[in-house]
Amino acid sequence: MSELKQLVLGRKDVQDLDQEQALPNELMTVNMGPSHPAMHGTVRIVLTVDGERIVASDVHPGYLHRCFEKESESATYTQIFPYTDRLNYVSPMNNNVGYAMAVEKLLGITKEIPRRAEYVRVIVSEVSRITDHLTCVGASAMELGAFTPFLYFLKCREWLYILLEEVSGARLTHSYVRVGGVSKDLPEGWLDRLFARLDEIKVVIVEVEDMLNNNKIFRDRMADIGKFSKEDAIAYGLTGPIARACGVDYDVRKDYPYSIYPEVEFDVPLGTTGDCFDRYLVRIEEIKQSIRILHQCAKQLPDGPVIIDDPRVALPDKRGTYNTIESMIRHFKHIVDGIKVPCGEGYTFVEGGNGELGFFIVADATGRPYKCYCRSPSFVHLASAGKTMHGHLIADIVPIFGMINMIGGECDK
Amino acid sequence: MAQKILDALTKKFAAAIEQTTSDHGDEVAYVAREQLHEIATWLKTDPEMAFDSPVFVTAIDLLDLRRPDEHGRVVEIDVGVHPNLGRFEVCFQLRSQTHKHRIRLKVRVTEADPRCASLASLWPAFDWQERETFDMYGIRFDGHPDLRRIYLYEEFVGYPLRRDYPKEKRQPLVRRDDLLIAPDSLTIKTEREGDRDV
Repeated sequence: MSELKQLVLGRKDVQDLDQEQALPNELMTVNMGPSHPAMHGTVRIVLTVDGERIVASDVHPGYLHRCFEKESESATYTQIFPYTDRLNYVSPMNNNVGYAMAVEKLLGITKEIPRRAEYVRVIVSEVSRITDHLTCVGASAMELGAFTPFLYFLKCREWLYILLEEVSGARLTHSYVRVGGVSKDLPEGWLDRLFARLDEIKVVIVEVEDMLNNNKIFRDRMADIGKFSKEDAIAYGLTGPIARACGVDYDVRKDYPYSIYPEVEFDVPLGTTGDCFDRYLVRIEEIKQSIRILHQCAKQLPDGPVIIDDPRVALPDKRGTYNTIESMIRHFKHIVDGIKVPCGEGYTFVEGGNGELGFFIVADATGRPYKCYCRSPSFVHLASAGKTMHGHLIADIVPIFGMINMIGGECDK
Repeated sequence: MAQKILDALTKKFAAAIEQTTSDHGDEVAYVAREQLHEIATWLKTDPEMAFDSPVFVTAIDLLDLRRPDEHGRVVEIDVGVHPNLGRFEVCFQLRSQTHKHRIRLKVRVTEADPRCASLASLWPAFDWQERETFDMYGIRFDGHPDLRRIYLYEEFVGYPLRRDYPKEKRQPLVRRDDLLIAPDSLTIKTEREGDRDV
């Protein structure tokens, strides 16, 4: 027996250990990330831990900084659309719409956008919102060990990506929206295919809810983790599903209605506790509300053009560019010189997948923005992560991070 | 409705409000740098104002901004000529959760003394946002609890979103001799050896 003790504890007996030296109890600094299998994107957290419990954390974003704002200053207004795709790459349509609306506001043509274009924009944004929430919920469940919901949801997401690819030509980086409208109309029969898929997705959501909602492991890992009070959520600038899970009744679509959102009916789900489980529930409910919006949009979708009839603003369609000299010249002028936006500045914000996504543009009567700032919800939300983690265990970082849904591209710009 | 806020603000702090504008539905108030914190505190605590939600912080570098002059011609404004026009405008966008109104506070700061009060103590969300503005523009926020670079690394020289920072300039953290653009000077080498990728 004593031999075994020596083997296990070195040279000391247990009694000696108690008297002479207790287990070390000083704080320890642990580095988590920047490349960690359980973290979305690349973010580094320097944790100070007392055993397993987090005492302080210092979050370092910026590993994916690609100079969105600096690049925008030397790109024409039309050329910035592909950059916005790469901000929140899980719901690029929302970024496209937000940026297009910011430019339109400075041009003063917000009211002149064709009705059909507004409807198409809302349709693609809501589809994008669904893909965003599906990814967030699926990936978070996977990180807690539930692999099936992840595979189910990613399959659903792929259906929607394929549909968006039909519309825009690209699976992920759509660049579909244009200043003044959208680049092309929805393909023939697209809405029918969309609703066929949405019906299937509804079934999958029920299946995943059955798997997760009353799953003991999932609830234990999510409930009471990362709680945030309503007052804190407001002071920390939280928006989107996270803020609504805390009980903050703020949805840009309702509070500062834009586009055709006043014409559709939908509910804003609110949570009560602000913990990770509420954030999950809010996201699931928002998927259902988005489907509701899509059905109404399809019913009300008017006929007509999908882009404004103003050659100074609208980029000509590809068919015209390749076949007529006028369109060709216009296309060239748009890409090389840019849309002449009058002097002024404006902040425009939309409800992105993660929350209030805003663009603050300063224009100086040239074809390029003087300044193009992006208010990215992920960045603001990540700032609250330090406070959220405080007092939790290291393992709790995984659901907290999953539910913040930090998208590296959007957070680091 | 929103004009009411600007009127109330002007009434309360007449001396500290330099200018108010209202473009594209955005209310903007230029406030004196010294009184920023006081005005912000009032905006947050006054029940009529109740600006409880922080939205964003950023700065505008006016170095080569073109604006219409008194004749309506778009010309470059020379920040050196106007003594009361600083090079930077620091913007704080606020929103009220209860009243749904919004305001943008602006503070003019000069290049020689790019300082302004930190509002991170009032709205914790501004902690990171001010760090970002410091990182990108070099604005120093007095009273900020922890003013460090946030996106870039400590060793980075200069402030990349300033208008005089060349877009092509590279500052790799690891020294690379094959890089054609000199990392430690603002001059950019134009001769390229062959078609090597930078």
